[in-house]
Amino acid sequence: MLIVACIKQVPDTTQVKIDPVTNTLVREGIPFIMNPYDSHALEAALQLKDRFGCRVAALSMGPPNAEATLRKALALGADRAILLSDRCFGGADTLATSNVLAAAIRKISQEQEPVGLVLCGKQTIDGDTAQVGPGIAVRLGYQQLTLVDQIEELDMPAKRLVVRRKLEGRHERVQAPLPALVTVVRELNRPRYPTVPMRLAAVDAPVEIWDNQLLQLDTQAVGLKGSPTWVARIFSPQRAKGEIIGNGCTDPEGAVDLLLDKLRAKDLLPL
Amino acid sequence: MTPTPTLFAPILVAAVALFGWNCWRRLSLTALGQPDNRLDNLRLRAGDTLRYAFAQLRVVRKPYGLVHLTIFWCFLVLMIANSEFLLNGLFPAVSFSRLPDGLFIPLMQMIDVVSLITLAAVTIAMVRRAVAPPYPEARTFEAFFILFLIATLMLASFGINAAKLSHLHGSVAALAGTIMPISSLVVALIPPGQARLVYDLSWWTHAGALLLFLNLLPLSKHFHIVTAIPTIFLRRHEQPVLPQREEFVTGNRFGTADVTGYSWKELLDAFACTECGRCQLACPANATGKPLNPRRVIHDLKLNLLNNGPALKRRQAAPLPLIGNRGDGSIDTETIWSCTTCGACLEVCPVFIEQMPKLIPLRRHLVEMEARFPEELLNLFENMEGRSNPWGIAPTERGKWATLVGERTFEPGTTEYLFFVGCAGSFDARAKQVTLALALLLDKAGVSWGILGKDEKCCGDSLRRLGNEYVFDKLAQENIALFKERGIKKVIVQCPHCLTTLKNDYRQYGIELEVIHHSQLLLHLVQDGRLALPRQATELGRLVYHDSCYLGRHNGIYDEPRQALALATGAAPLEMPRSREEGFCCGAGGGRMWMEEFTGERINLNRAKEALAQGPDTVCTACPYCLTMLDDGMKDLQASTVQVKDIAEVLAEAALR
Ligand code: SF4
Ligand code: SF4
Repeated sequence: MLIVACIKQVPDTTQVKIDPVTNTLVREGIPFIMNPYDSHALEAALQLKDRFGCRVAALSMGPPNAEATLRKALALGADRAILLSDRCFGGADTLATSNVLAAAIRKISQEQEPVGLVLCGKQTIDGDTAQVGPGIAVRLGYQQLTLVDQIEELDMPAKRLVVRRKLEGRHERVQAPLPALVTVVRELNRPRYPTVPMRLAAVDAPVEIWDNQLLQLDTQAVGLKGSPTWVARIFSPQRAKGEIIGNGCTDPEGAVDLLLDKLRAKDLLPL
Repeated sequence: MTPTPTLFAPILVAAVALFGWNCWRRLSLTALGQPDNRLDNLRLRAGDTLRYAFAQLRVVRKPYGLVHLTIFWCFLVLMIANSEFLLNGLFPAVSFSRLPDGLFIPLMQMIDVVSLITLAAVTIAMVRRAVAPPYPEARTFEAFFILFLIATLMLASFGINAAKLSHLHGSVAALAGTIMPISSLVVALIPPGQARLVYDLSWWTHAGALLLFLNLLPLSKHFHIVTAIPTIFLRRHEQPVLPQREEFVTGNRFGTADVTGYSWKELLDAFACTECGRCQLACPANATGKPLNPRRVIHDLKLNLLNNGPALKRRQAAPLPLIGNRGDGSIDTETIWSCTTCGACLEVCPVFIEQMPKLIPLRRHLVEMEARFPEELLNLFENMEGRSNPWGIAPTERGKWATLVGERTFEPGTTEYLFFVGCAGSFDARAKQVTLALALLLDKAGVSWGILGKDEKCCGDSLRRLGNEYVFDKLAQENIALFKERGIKKVIVQCPHCLTTLKNDYRQYGIELEVIHHSQLLLHLVQDGRLALPRQATELGRLVYHDSCYLGRHNGIYDEPRQALALATGAAPLEMPRSREEGFCCGAGGGRMWMEEFTGERINLNRAKEALAQGPDTVCTACPYCLTMLDDGMKDLQASTVQVKDIAEVLAEAALR
C-alpha cells in the first residue's frame, strides 16, 4: 500500500514582503520551505511506514524549483518524490490544484501502486484556504477526514482507519474505510530531523517530474485557465509607523520622561 | 629461604612477562583508533614534557601536588636502587658495593634518605586520602593498596640494608651510620643472631612487593606511571582544542558511536588518567548534579575499550555500546548532552587528557546519524538552517538595530572593520543594548566599522558544539564566502562564541581573520587615547567580573577586560573565588543556551550565588550568553537590584554620559 503525502513549497512567510506598488508578494531572495502543516502530514506518513512498512510518496505541484522541497522529503525518508510541474499548471487556484493532484494520485493508484491513504496539511501558510485536501478527496471519491490530530488505528487488511479530529472545544473520533484522505493539524506529531546519510542520499535520489503530457488533463481545467478564483489585491494591514524617542542607551531617564509625556498627552496613563 | 638466582629468575621472568603482556594488551588497543599526527613540533613537545611531566607544573597547582612531585622524583632515584636489586637477584656479582667508595657512599646515602622521604610522602598521601580525599570516591582499596605497597618496599629495603649492615665489623661498622644513616638505625632493632632471617624475609618481601606493584600498574590507575609522560609529550598544542572537520560524502560516518572513531591518542588518554578527579571538581555540570563527570567519561571509555577491544580487533561488532540510554551503554546520552564545553576539565588535567573533545563526536553521531537529541534542539536546528539564527527571526531583521546609529553597511575597500554583530547582538532585546553601546563607543573613537546586515549568518558556534556539523559547515562556508567576496580581514565581535568560531574554527576552512573581541578593542582605544573616558562610572558601585569560558579559557583573554573595567570605574573589578583559568561557566556554552536544564541545580544559579557573595552592585561580563544567564540568575535569586552589564555598557557610562 502506498501512502501519498501532499506537500507544497511555500515562501517562508515570516520573510515575505508585499510590494506596495504592485500589491504582489516580493519573492526575490525569500527562501522557500515545506509548508509546515504538510511536514506534519509527511511525518505521519513516515511514522506509518515505520510501523507498517508501507511505502511513502511525496507529491507536490509547483515550479521546477519545488524539487528542493521534495528532496527534503526524500531526506526524511519518503520512498519516492513526484513533482507535478508544467507551465500550464501555473497560476492555479485551489480548484485547479485539486484537479491536478487528484489526477496524479489516480494515475499512481491505477497504473503503479494502489494508494491507501492520502495525507495533507490542513492548509498552507501562504494561501490559508484549507480547500485543496477536501478538493482532492471529492475528486477521487475518497473518504475525507479533516483536522486530524491523532491517527488511532490503521487496519490495512480490513481497509479501515480510525482517527481523532480536533474541533473547536472537542474531539471527534471517526472511523472510515480506505482509501481515505486525511488533513492534519500540528498537534499530530513532531516532524523528524533528517540524518546526514539520508540527506546525502537524497541529493542523488530521483525526483520524478510529471508534466501535462503525462497527465493528459484538459488545459481548461488546470492552471490559471481552470481557476475561477482571482486575487484582486493583496496588501499588508496598515500599521501606524512607530518612532524612536530619546536614547535609552545614553539617557534612559530622559527617554522615560519623553515616553511619559507622550502617554500623558494621549491620556493613556491610568493615573 | 635464601634468595638464589635459580629461585628468583623464573619468578622475575614470569612477572616481567605478565607485566609486558598486560601492557601490550592495553596499549595495543590504541591501534584501533584513527591516525593522528602527534609528532609535529618536537621541540615544543620536549619542553612540555620537561615542564609538565618532570617539573609537574600542573600537578603542583594544588597543595598536595607537592607530595606527588616528591614521590615522583623519589621514584626516579629509587629506580636505580631497584634495578640493582633485580639484577643482583639474578647475578649476585652485580652489586653497588663493587663501585669505588667515592661513588658508592654518596649513592647509598642518597638511596637511604630518599627511601625515608618516600615513606614519609606515601604516609602523608595515605592519611590525606583517608581524611580529606580529593573526591569521595577516591578512597578506593586500590589507591590505598598501592600506597601500602610502596611503603612496604621502603620498609623492606631498610630491612635488607640493616641486615647487611649488621654483618659489618670493626672500623667499617663505624662507618655504617655515615653510609646509610637511616638503615643503620634499624640495625638495633634486629634481634641478635636473626640478621640472616631478617635479610631473607626483607628480601623476599621487597621482591614480592616490587613485582606485585609492577603487575598492578597496567591493571590500575597507576598505569599512568607508564603512560602519563608519553601522553603529555603527545598532547595537542592547538589552543583551544577544536573538533575536526567532517567531509560530507556518501559512505562516511559522522561522529562516532564506538571507540574506533577516536584517534589512537584519544584512546591512549583512557589509559593515562590518574583519576586525580581535578576535572570532575572543576566541571560545572558535575558541580550542579548532572550525570556528567569528565573523570568517569574517561574511565568509562577505558572500560568500553577493554570490553570491546578483542571483538573490534577481530573486526566484529562491539558488544558494549559506547552510547547508552540509562546505563545500557558506557556513556549515557544525558551525560553527553550535559557538557557546556567550558573547557575547565582540559585546563586542570595534569596529563592533558582531552575530556570534552571526546563528547563532541558522540553528539555528532546522535545528531547526524540518528537525529536523536533533546527535543528543544529541533527548533534551534531548523531555525539555524532555515533562517540562519537560533530564534528563527526573519534574516531581514538582523540589521534593524543599526537604524538607531544610521545605516552602516560594510563597504569593501573603505570600511576598516567588519562588526560581526552575532545573533544575540542582532536579535535579543537585552543584547541589542550592548550592541548599541558598542556602536556608539566605536563612533566616538572614530573607528571605521560596518555590518553585513541581513547577509550576516550565525557563526554556527552552538551547532558545532552540539554536534550538528552538517549545518555548521553550511553556515561557515556561506559566511566565509561572503567574507572573501567583501575582502574582510579585520573583524570586531562582541560575543566570545563568534570570536572563537571566526578566529579558530574558521581557520580550518583556510581563512585567517584578525578577530578582535570588543573588550580588547575598547581597551586599546582607551589606551591609545582614541576613546576618552571623561568620567568614572562610579555609580556602578562594587563591580564583580565574570569570565566567559570562551573568552578566557578558550582564547586566553583575561586581562584586557579587567584593565578596561579598571579604567572605566577607577578600581579593579572584584574577583570571585573561581575566576580566570578557574572561572565557572554560566551554563550556556556548548549549545546548552538552547536546552532545558532539568537535573540538579541550575548552573547559572550556582554562578550567580558566587557573584552575589562578593556583595556587588554590578556584575559585569563580556558575553551575551553570560549576560542572559546571570541576569536570569539574579532574577531567580530575587537580587534584581544587582545590575548585570556588559563591559561595553560600563565603558559607555564612562565615555558617553
Ligand atoms: S567542558 Fe566543562 S562541562 Fe564539559 S566536561 Fe569539561 S568541565 Fe565539564
Ligand atoms: S582526566 Fe585528567 S584531571 Fe580528570 S581525573 Fe583523569 S587525570 Fe585527573
